[in-house]
Amino acid sequence: MLAHGSPVLPSVACPGARRHGDGGGDEPGRLARALDLYEHQGKELFAKYGIPVSEGRLATTPEQARAAAEEIGLPVVVKAQVLIGGRGKAGGIKLAETADDAEARAREILGMDIRGHTVGKLWIERASEIAREYYLSLALDRSAKKPLFMFTTQGGVDIEEVAAETPEALVRLHVDPLGGCQAWHGRRLVHDGGVTDPGEQKQIAAIVGRLYEAFVGCEAMLCEINPLIVTTDGEVRALDSKFTVDDNALFRQPEIAAMRDVAGGDPLEALAREKGVTYVKLHGDVGVLGNGAGLTMSTVDVVSFVGGKAANFCDLGGGGGAQGVVDALEVITSDPDVRAIAFNIFGGITRCDEVARGILQALGQMQIELPIVVRLDGTNAEEGRRLLEDAGSPNLHVEATMLDGARRAVELAAAA
Amino acid sequence: MAILVDSETRLVVQGLTGSEGRFHGLRNRAYGTTVVAGVTPGKGGQDVEGIPIFDTVAAAVSEAGANTAMVFVPAPFAGDAMYEAIDSGVHTVVCITEGVPAHDMLRIHAYVQMRDVTLIGPNCPGALSPGKANVGIIPAEIFREGAVGLVSRSGTLTYQIGHELTQLGLGNSTIVGVGGDPIVGTSFVDVLSRFEADPQTEQVVMVGEIGGDEEEKAAEFIEAEMSKPVVAYIAGFTAPPGKTMGHAGAIISGSAGTAQAKKEALEARGIRVGTTPTETAGLVAELVRA
Repeated sequence: MLAHGSPVLPSVACPGARRHGDGGGDEPGRLARALDLYEHQGKELFAKYGIPVSEGRLATTPEQARAAAEEIGLPVVVKAQVLIGGRGKAGGIKLAETADDAEARAREILGMDIRGHTVGKLWIERASEIAREYYLSLALDRSAKKPLFMFTTQGGVDIEEVAAETPEALVRLHVDPLGGCQAWHGRRLVHDGGVTDPGEQKQIAAIVGRLYEAFVGCEAMLCEINPLIVTTDGEVRALDSKFTVDDNALFRQPEIAAMRDVAGGDPLEALAREKGVTYVKLHGDVGVLGNGAGLTMSTVDVVSFVGGKAANFCDLGGGGGAQGVVDALEVITSDPDVRAIAFNIFGGITRCDEVARGILQALGQMQIELPIVVRLDGTNAEEGRRLLEDAGSPNLHVEATMLDGARRAVELAAAA
Repeated sequence: MAILVDSETRLVVQGLTGSEGRFHGLRNRAYGTTVVAGVTPGKGGQDVEGIPIFDTVAAAVSEAGANTAMVFVPAPFAGDAMYEAIDSGVHTVVCITEGVPAHDMLRIHAYVQMRDVTLIGPNCPGALSPGKANVGIIPAEIFREGAVGLVSRSGTLTYQIGHELTQLGLGNSTIVGVGGDPIVGTSFVDVLSRFEADPQTEQVVMVGEIGGDEEEKAAEFIEAEMSKPVVAYIAGFTAPPGKTMGHAGAIISGSAGTAQAKKEALEARGIRVGTTPTETAGLVAELVRA
């Protein structure tokens, strides 16, 4: 996903929940600070910016799907709304010729599991007579630090294949963010892409300009139309939408911020979001809690390096205050897979003795039976470690280095 | 010598009257940085512990001789603050603020490229030249002066590695946190070229992480342009692949952006990559003793 196409930790960072302190420049949300929108939400935004889309309705029950089909006119396409690709192949998109059909297909698709995503809603859309399928996207190219258009007439398929096998068919065109998108960008894309029909050229060039307006207006990281279809009547329309918006911009994009699907996704991550804790569920048994995204990521790596597996990524951020620790521990211990917890704190401006007091206060407020390994290093580390040792909690283990802390936590998890 | 910040630095803090700006601005001064001014629109004429406040950055330049600006302004206003600093006459702007929208940075990056100004950040811990100046939020007490240049996209992870170097008796010329956002003002390559030119710096540690292709670009630069040895560390080997939405991202840079891909790009050019922060510091110590 995203303009950088990298493996990312899906962010559950809560804006405003963090402050500058240790690793204040270490906003974990940066790893994937983006909000993915459903197809129907992206199409709503496309329509708002004048990009032609097919008429459709949202449905969460088979009965609503039937009503939607009757209202917009048959035949219709019943499309699963999930935030994952490959839904067509998985059976999440079906054509319905009649209202009965629409209801039956909706019944099949609702509740279906598509690569780990349960289908909870459907987009019922008027079926299109497709003559040709193209591809158009606009993404933030973090390498060039510019928006990048990509266009090809070989749409409708896996675009990564087109890029790999016939790269000359994929036209790439950067836009200078200060100059913005001009009419020539559209002309150049259709020309270089080999679109010859004047009607198509004109429509696509117009969509290029509107897509740029949508991208900038919504502060998107990615707007992808695949396929961009030409109907048998010669009309160009967006048949799908992948729309990803910068999390950091949501404070001034209230309409898009409201589109976030709070119910969807991992329940632990939802709890974390509610608590303002930065948390990503992983698949091991060592709960990892660190301060700063880089250090926490590194801790997850080191747990693996010493032979264990992290159950999560959890970043305390700058503060080591008791409430932050309580919230983080609450989320981590809600995961039944966790057998031991590895705390990795590097004290800089936040001193280790303050962090130690925070941890002790947190443990005083909670009943945690699991072994907890705390590694404190940096400013006032010795005092911090002494405070923890003096507390004499039987399940609290104190270590001085990151490697020792990880090793101990992995051993304790294995023994539990 | 050192790079970016030193005893010649005359700092103006944008947002000095806010709680974070005040805390860190005063800490920077206590460390020895020459903090000549603060800027808060509407509060010109006041002072923070003797540091004069101006209404504009330009006034801080003309009246207090500021040559470096540090932005401690909340994210919704940080873009404006960066533009103001870039056009004020300072040569270096360090933006600590996290959460700056990417589209603001797209434009600011293009804007600053056309001017003779260095922008570090946003969402970064700043730069510290031990014994000379600290501009930002890096805890200076865990570092000592020396010959190792340190450049990183992270905060606490940088401190961790710096601390490990200190434990091994090594010091730093300058520690630079370039920030972890998709678009930042100064890249690894920019900082590496400064370290290459800096007489105090003898070795360099580069701390990267998953995402983007800055480490890959740095690998090419190191091989082609650097005589000084570089050791790297990459965080995020065990990070799960993100849910894939569109496909555009994967085909833009041609790089997978994974820690493994970055490690391979570096090692293919003879750059050693530590598996843990501890091992990374150890590799630097080997270089120094060699």
